[in-house]
Amino acid sequence: MSQERLNPTIVRAVRWAAGKFRFRFEPEPDICPTAAFLMEDLEWPRIVRRVFSDPLIEHKSTGIHGRGTEEVKTNDVTDRVSVGEVGYVIEFGRPGVGVWFREIEAVTKALAQLSVPFEAKNPITQLMDDETAGTLNPGLLDEKILSAIVEIKTEISEVPRVLETVSVVARQIDTVVAVGVSTRCDEAGDDKLLASLLVDLDYDVARAKTNMGLGRVTNTAATGSAR
Amino acid sequence: MTNTLHRYGDAASFEDDYIIFAIPCKGKNDEGAVDKLKLFLGICTKHRPVNIGNSSTSSFRPSSGLEPSVHWKRRHEPEPRDVIEGVHRTATAAAVFDSADKAAACLADLIDADLGLSINVSTSVEGAKRIAADCGISRHSVEYSLGFDDPHDKLPDSRVLELSTMCGHGMVSANMAKKMLDMVQEGRRDPTAAAVTLARFCPCGAYNPVRAERLLRAGTST
Repeated sequence: MSQERLNPTIVRAVRWAAGKFRFRFEPEPDICPTAAFLMEDLEWPRIVRRVFSDPLIEHKSTGIHGRGTEEVKTNDVTDRVSVGEVGYVIEFGRPGVGVWFREIEAVTKALAQLSVPFEAKNPITQLMDDETAGTLNPGLLDEKILSAIVEIKTEISEVPRVLETVSVVARQIDTVVAVGVSTRCDEAGDDKLLASLLVDLDYDVARAKTNMGLGRVTNTAATGSAR
Repeated sequence: MTNTLHRYGDAASFEDDYIIFAIPCKGKNDEGAVDKLKLFLGICTKHRPVNIGNSSTSSFRPSSGLEPSVHWKRRHEPEPRDVIEGVHRTATAAAVFDSADKAAACLADLIDADLGLSINVSTSVEGAKRIAADCGISRHSVEYSLGFDDPHDKLPDSRVLELSTMCGHGMVSANMAKKMLDMVQEGRRDPTAAAVTLARFCPCGAYNPVRAERLLRAGTST
């Protein structure tokens, strides 16, 4: 099974000599050279661990790799978040901590009580058995994954209430939460509302992902139906 | 895929970190997207990005055929050609630049190319604003990172986070970033090789080896 194809006699001799001088070989960090890790075929519900942890696997529900979300990255063609609206990308478990689905459910239940709509094209929403209550498929609750994203959308006036709710529930679950908030810029390309509101709420908005507005609908069927 | 949004650091630490990525939208503009993504990566490559990726592989790749001599002969330069030829599916393609000028020049060419795909820039808020202004376009939408809420102190220290969060999918572990920091501090590995080692674990190509090298060098002076 080993991919190294090294002469075992020479390897043992080098190890023996190195041991005598109290030094050891330091391998290059890379793919395991002895093929010690094997990917097993997983079945439901354990398969969700792979889908929500391996960025090379596509989320079938959204057709997107990674965490399976488009957010405002395609807002110029979807108009998912319009002027005056705010999209929230609430990510659990990142970076490198992981999260249980029961912890995600604690937050989705709290958000459901605010009567905020969950984004339909989102892998976590697809796994909900009751969106109005924010409950997930019970068979998933004892599965742990690397990270997952919950997406909701509200009017801009709701931002303080939603962020406060997420912050309070984050203290009750045993993981890390990373929040992104998005909005559509005005015709001049400015965001005069959300950024200043976030600063007022004591958030440091140093980094952002910016959609430059170069996307357009080009699919034949989509342009035809638009006409 | 929020793999570029939550990079750890203040605005000044993103001076050499500009990610431009293209993303097709299913049912809207995904027809012929594979060719457009190849074109996108080709345009980006002309502006000397420090890394590119096609959601499956990046300019810095791991190898299953290593042997002990790799310590002396392994290349640390990006190899973008296979990434462009390796675009076989409708996914995100990304290019990482180490200066605002390069990123702005690339964006200007992308505007001229008019691919029809959504183009996003991930960097500091002001950096993206400046690039948009340089190219004479208005930003369409913006998604702010509010950082990590870590009430139970599960995260490692800030120097490790700066290195590990450059792969937002978590493929660069905090322990590996710490190991590279320690190795550079002890003089057991030069910062360039250590930065490329970290970049190899990020399959999306969003990892910035130039920023990583700068952070690793800064780590030796503390």
